[in-house]
Amino acid sequence: MIESLELSGLGASRGGRRLFSNLSLTLKMGEACALTGANGSGKTTLLRAVAGLVEVDEGTVGFVGMDPSEARASGLHLIGHQDGFKPGRTAREELDFWSLWSGGGERELQAAIKVLDLKLLLDLEVRRLSAGQRRRVALARLLAVPRALWLLDEPLSPLDARWRAQMGEIMARHLAGGGMILAAVHDPLPVAAVTFEIPAPGDTSSEVAL
Amino acid sequence: MSRFSALLARETALAWGRGGGPTVSVGFYAGVATLLPLAIGPEAQRLAAIALGAAWVALALASLLSLDRLFERDYEDGALDLLALSPLPLELTAAAKCLGQWIATGAPLALAAPIAAIGLGAPVSLAPLVFITALAGGLAFAFVGGIGAALSLGARRGGLLTAVIVLPLLVPPVIFGGGALDASASGLPWTPGFLLLCAYAVAALALGPIAMAAACRNALS
Repeated sequence: MIESLELSGLGASRGGRRLFSNLSLTLKMGEACALTGANGSGKTTLLRAVAGLVEVDEGTVGFVGMDPSEARASGLHLIGHQDGFKPGRTAREELDFWSLWSGGGERELQAAIKVLDLKLLLDLEVRRLSAGQRRRVALARLLAVPRALWLLDEPLSPLDARWRAQMGEIMARHLAGGGMILAAVHDPLPVAAVTFEIPAPGDTSSEVAL
Repeated sequence: MSRFSALLARETALAWGRGGGPTVSVGFYAGVATLLPLAIGPEAQRLAAIALGAAWVALALASLLSLDRLFERDYEDGALDLLALSPLPLELTAAAKCLGQWIATGAPLALAAPIAAIGLGAPVSLAPLVFITALAGGLAFAFVGGIGAALSLGARRGGLLTAVIVLPLLVPPVIFGGGALDASASGLPWTPGFLLLCAYAVAALALGPIAMAAACRNALS
């Protein structure tokens, strides 16, 4: 199990543009961190760098308690804007597959379906789901497969008030059990969290002159 | 069910439905095989001479059809991220995708190949050999094609690029497979060509996934 996440001196760029540099952040068991920053400031890139999908230019991503490759294979969840669901398949087929793919059990999956109230949605094709319903199906992976570190990219944006509150409770339970959450958000997380603003890069050329 | 078999089942189901799946591939194959006599002329003797070769070229072209979506769709909808974050190495994931492609389009094309060859005037006795060479060739097409599909990830008009990358790599299996059939038709031993075809398929099976996984990692980062 991952005991803590330690980012030190991270720097990354996308398409030749420097996003952030010298970024350091530590996340311990039971802690949540809300990543904020302007559009294009590198929140998604930071999450993908932690997941090992993006190479960083400098600095290190360290996992305490687990080897990095093992942590990325079976210690963390990444839930982004894109959920990997195929529009023509039913929510049940997709959830079953991804739960099995991440190494989840049948009992946890049934519990997740109950908590997120997905029973009536499961037989629908993914294309028939609304954005919020679809996100709930994606978030079910978090509960179906217990993993310590949750990397969430604007997880609540399509959800309504009721489900935002519900997700707050789910996150609180995860943290109480020693989990960690690193979430890129524009609105505050519905759970106690430290806020970390990704600093703008050195140049000010992107600022609008008044 | 293990991860690999679950992914294989999913990929086969997806490839079956992808852009019409086997029906479109087989339909395209039938179309190309029908077009040839129209261009070359209806004399049975001339057609019979090229029947086996023509059936093989059409097979290679038809197996290119559904390649462009093999990785592209997973890349666009985020599934490739999740597939990469798994204890199963990305190489095996790529192999499962290609095997699914082979089962969903390669096998139906192998069933259609003898029909097309006989229709063009090849001897009926060659049908089993046409089927087996098409099956082995289809495996090579799927794994070599997967390399092209992975390399063109993120490119505009990726499908066209895939075809241009893959076509030269299809030359050896077309030579070996077509050669084996030609040899058999003229009463010579067909095994050397067939074994070379199998060797090419095995090499593609072994090396293709490494190239595909590297190309996918590059596209994701």
